[in-house]
Amino acid sequence: MIELQNVCRTFTVGDQQVAALRDIDLKLDAGEYISIMGPSGSGKSTMLNMLGLLDRPSSGNYLLDGGNVTDLNDEQQARVRREKIGFVFQSFHLVPRLTAAQNVELPMILASIPAEERKARVQVLMQNYGLSDRADHKPDQLSGGQRQRVAIARATVMNPTVLLADEPTGNLDRNTGWEVLKLLEGLLEKGITLVVVTHDAEIGARAQRQIHMLDGRIVSDERRAK
Amino acid sequence: MYLRDLITLTSSSFLTYRMRSFLTGLGIAIGIAAVILLTSIGEGLHQFMLAEFSQFGTNIISVQPGKTQTQGGNVGIFGSSRPLTLEDADALRRLPYVEYVIPGLVGNAEVRYEGRTRRTMVLGEGRDFGKAFTMKVQSGSFWTDEDNEQARAQAVIGSKIQQEMYGGRNPLGSWLRIGGQRYRVVGVMESKGQILGMDMDDAVFIPAARAMELLNRPGLMEVNVSYRADVPADTVIRLIKGRMTERHGREDFTIISQEQALEVLSSVLDIITFAVAALGGISLLVGAVGILTIMTMAVTERTAEIGLLRALGAREKQVLTLFLSEAMILSALGGLLGLIIGVGISQGLHLLFPALPVHTPWLYAVLAELTAITIGLAAGVAPAMRAARLDPVEALHAE
Repeated sequence: MIELQNVCRTFTVGDQQVAALRDIDLKLDAGEYISIMGPSGSGKSTMLNMLGLLDRPSSGNYLLDGGNVTDLNDEQQARVRREKIGFVFQSFHLVPRLTAAQNVELPMILASIPAEERKARVQVLMQNYGLSDRADHKPDQLSGGQRQRVAIARATVMNPTVLLADEPTGNLDRNTGWEVLKLLEGLLEKGITLVVVTHDAEIGARAQRQIHMLDGRIVSDERRAK
Repeated sequence: MYLRDLITLTSSSFLTYRMRSFLTGLGIAIGIAAVILLTSIGEGLHQFMLAEFSQFGTNIISVQPGKTQTQGGNVGIFGSSRPLTLEDADALRRLPYVEYVIPGLVGNAEVRYEGRTRRTMVLGEGRDFGKAFTMKVQSGSFWTDEDNEQARAQAVIGSKIQQEMYGGRNPLGSWLRIGGQRYRVVGVMESKGQILGMDMDDAVFIPAARAMELLNRPGLMEVNVSYRADVPADTVIRLIKGRMTERHGREDFTIISQEQALEVLSSVLDIITFAVAALGGISLLVGAVGILTIMTMAVTERTAEIGLLRALGAREKQVLTLFLSEAMILSALGGLLGLIIGVGISQGLHLLFPALPVHTPWLYAVLAELTAITIGLAAGVAPAMRAARLDPVEALHAE
C-alpha cells in the first residue's frame, strides 16, 4: 500500500551535505503494525515525515495506494495528508487556545465538513476515548495522558488509512504510556496501518514488524510471527 | 474552510491575547477616530459656510455697477461708469430664462412712529423681493407696483422694527415716517437673523425708486436676477452681459454669479477637508505598523501551530487566509472602535460647543472602515506569506 523506492533525503547544513535517508526501499502493507527504532540521528523521524508527506525526498519515489505522490503539488499533498494520514506527536501539539473538542474538530474544519457532522463525530470519538467530561477543557487543564488521547482522537477523526506516531509515549509516565499505546494498538482492529517511531526497545518489540535504522539506512527489517 | 469557522479560529487568538489585541486595535482606532473627527468638523464647516452663503436663495446672479479691473495708464474716461438704473432692471426682466429681477440699494435713515425714533437700515428693493429670495413675509405682502418712479410710498418692515417701534402691535396699515416721508406699512418680514453681518430684522424695505430719492443716489447698487433652475448660470450670464453691454455701450458693470462663488468656496473647503483627512491618515499608517508588528510576532509564536495545521492537511493558502483574516478582523474591529470614538467625540464637541458645526457623512464612515480593513490586509500580507511558506517539518519542531 505504501512503497518507498530508492528514497534519499539530504539536508544542507552550512556548506555540508548531510544524508538523513540513504536509498530507502520499503513496502508497508495495509493493516500492518510497524515500529521504527534507532538511535537519535538515525533518520527515523525523517522517515516518518517522509511517510507523512511533510517532507519530500531528494530523490526516489513514494507510492501511496498505487499512486505516485512524490510530485504532487502543495494542495494535492495537503489533501492526501488530510484524508489518509494521521499524526501523533511526542509533544501532543494541541492548540492551546482551543478546547479539547475544538482540537479534535480542527482537521474537519480544514476539510470543510459541515458543523453538524463534525459535532456528531467529535462526540462519538470523545466518548470512545473516555474524554466526554473533558470536551470543553483547554489542553493546559488536561493531564498528559488525556492530552495524548485528544491528539489521537484528532489524528483518527478523518478515518485515515495510516497513523504515524512519533514517540507517542515519550512525554508520558510508564503507566499512561502503556494506556496510550493500547489505544493506538486498538486502532489496528479497524484496519489502520500503524507506524510507531520509538527508541524504547520494549515498546518497539510490541510491533509485528520491527525496523531498525542507523545512519539513514534500514539495517534490519524483521517480522514477528503472530 | 467555512467563513464561520475562520472567524471562530481567528477570534480565539484575540480572546487569548486580549490586552495585546486591544492595544493593536487601538492604534487603528485612534487613526480612524482622528480621520472621522477631523473630516466631521471639516464637513460641518463646509455645510455651515454653504448654508450661510445660500440662505438668500439660489439661482441668483447679481449685476453691480463698475468693472473690477486694473489697467495700465490713466483710468480716464473709461474709469467712469454709468449708474445702474431702473430701466436697466426692466430691460433684464425681458430676457429669456429670467424669473424675477430685483433692483436694490442700501442706506441708512431715521424711522419714526408715534414719538419713537430709530436709525435703521433702509433697503430699496423690487416688488418681487419676497419671491426671489428665501425671505418670507410674515403678515401682509410686498407692494405690487411696477419698479418705476411712480412707485407708491409703501414699506415692509423687519420683525425687530415691529418690536421696537410698535411694541408688537399690528403695524399693517399704519403710517411710518422714513427719512421724513410718510410710508404706509404693508407687510412685516419673518425673522431671519443676521446674514453675513447684516441684521435683516432691523431693516425697512421700500421700493427702490423711492429709496434712490430718499438716499439721494443716482443709481442702484445692484440688480439681482433670479433665473430658472434648469438653466446653467453661464447661459444667463451671457445674456445679461449682452443686454447690459448693448445698453451701456461698453462693459462697465460686474456680474457675480452665486453659483460660481459657491463653486470656488466649495472647492476650497474640499481641499481643507482632504488635507485634514490626510493628516489623520498618518496616524492610520502608524496603526498599520502596529498590526504588522503584532502579526509578525504571532507568526513566530505560533510556528509550531502552523506546522501542526500543515500536518493536519491545511494548504498553504489556508494558513495564509487564517493569518490574513486575523490581521483584517483586528483592524476592522479597531476601525469600528475608531468610528464610535470619532463620532462620539465630534457629537460631544457639538453638544459642548453648539456653534461648532459637525457633520459626519456616511460615505466617510464607510470609507474609513474600508480603509481600516485594507490597512489590515496590507499589513498582514508579509507575515501571512511567511507563515504559509514555513517548512512544515521545521515548523513542527520549533518551540
